[in-house]
Amino acid sequence: MSEPYSSPSSDVMIQFDRVVKKFGDHVVLRELDFSVKPGEFVTLIGPSGSGKTTILRLLMTLELVDGGTIQVGGEYLSHMERGGSLVPADERHLRTQRKRIGMVFQQFNLFPNMRVLQNVTEAPVRALGLSKAEAEQRARELLDMVGLSDKVDAHPTQLSGGQQQRVAIARALAMRPQVLLLDEVTSALDPELVAGVLSVLKEIARTTDITFLCVTHEMQFARDVSDRVMMFDQGQVIEDAPPDQLFTQPAHERTRSFLHAVIDRAV
Amino acid sequence: MDWDWEYAIDSLPLLAEGMLVTIELTVLGALFAYLLGLVFAMIRRVGVPVLSQFVYLFVEFIRSTPLLIQVFAFYYLLQPAIGVKLSPFLTGVIMLGVHYATYTSEVYRAGIEAIPKGQWEAARALSIPRSRVWTGIILPQAVPRVLPALGNYTISMFKETPLLLAIGVVDVLNSAKEAGAETFRVIEPYTLAGVFFLLVSYPASILVRKLERRVGTV
Repeated sequence: MSEPYSSPSSDVMIQFDRVVKKFGDHVVLRELDFSVKPGEFVTLIGPSGSGKTTILRLLMTLELVDGGTIQVGGEYLSHMERGGSLVPADERHLRTQRKRIGMVFQQFNLFPNMRVLQNVTEAPVRALGLSKAEAEQRARELLDMVGLSDKVDAHPTQLSGGQQQRVAIARALAMRPQVLLLDEVTSALDPELVAGVLSVLKEIARTTDITFLCVTHEMQFARDVSDRVMMFDQGQVIEDAPPDQLFTQPAHERTRSFLHAVIDRAV
Repeated sequence: MDWDWEYAIDSLPLLAEGMLVTIELTVLGALFAYLLGLVFAMIRRVGVPVLSQFVYLFVEFIRSTPLLIQVFAFYYLLQPAIGVKLSPFLTGVIMLGVHYATYTSEVYRAGIEAIPKGQWEAARALSIPRSRVWTGIILPQAVPRVLPALGNYTISMFKETPLLLAIGVVDVLNSAKEAGAETFRVIEPYTLAGVFFLLVSYPASILVRKLERRVGTV
């Protein structure tokens, strides 16, 4: 990459420019472009294997791009400026950029050797340098917000999947991210536990100015909470519209057949 | 068989000294093996350039040659060559430690690999510093699971201490031999030495099996 450094406009939180990602010979993202505004809640839908999760993993820097650039909050994430040109980001650059982004995983990934409270305080103490007291106060507030103030001293294994996922949400929020990535956060949950997690997320989306990028198969949730829904197939955005429009009058045949399949399965 | 109780009891003080040496060798050698094995496993996992390949070759080399030859080589060849003279006991601790570290490093490796990828990813997503990921997240989960395997290696190490006679370390079996050399009676001291090994190894292996049931095996 040797494009001149250009400052993106401030009303864009996430910007993908011709992003390419391959796994071996398999091209997952082919020159993908899209952007997300600050505070927006954007949901990605589409068949499995279409690359939705890869987008989140690139933003979380768990994967690196093979081409194109990613910017977050006006700064390059995938690249850095050196001598007037852009070069792929090194680990140090990633480390500073990553702090602005949080992620909630399908499998929760709580640390089983720590109690609930420490799961939430660990990163603020170790990565942001908060005092233990400050971090604990913040953690208690967040755990209260996700409805788990009585589980502060529990071990993750003592919690239901839904409770674990709500701890994971509190844990991600404790880092005060600008962007929160939700990777199929209800897919591993028993059906009766899904609603609790989704209502917590709705509340957070409503009350904070965090920018959300969400991959989900919960179409009703996507419809309720999203500002925008992107239909994704074969490494490309094939439709991008407000939820009411996309769910009721999809413009593309591919979107229509996908929604039919998903909604049929749900019923 | 003709068993002389009086002689057996007479040889006990000498045997007790040897038992103490055996236990010291095992405890110190094991601690060394636990630590060095962990260092080996972490170097390989992190993939430190050059060092990682060196550790790999070193581990393979040590595992493919007998401990007895390593002890000989370290004591009679390497130490004079580099102008160092360690006591037989210290040499024994080091060689037991190094030899078993190559086994414990594999044990740790398996334990670390058994930690789900999601743990590393969550730690990365939360910007937790690398050293803290190891000490706060990975090792506290990996080490308890490998304790039974470490215990088993400690027991085999314990039973291998007699070969340090090669460099003159007098452990329990070698004191039995010494006791026998004076009187040409070997049945009593050897039997007692054997009983000693049994009395330590057997309960230890029961303990390890209990531990296995508690933590599950890797």
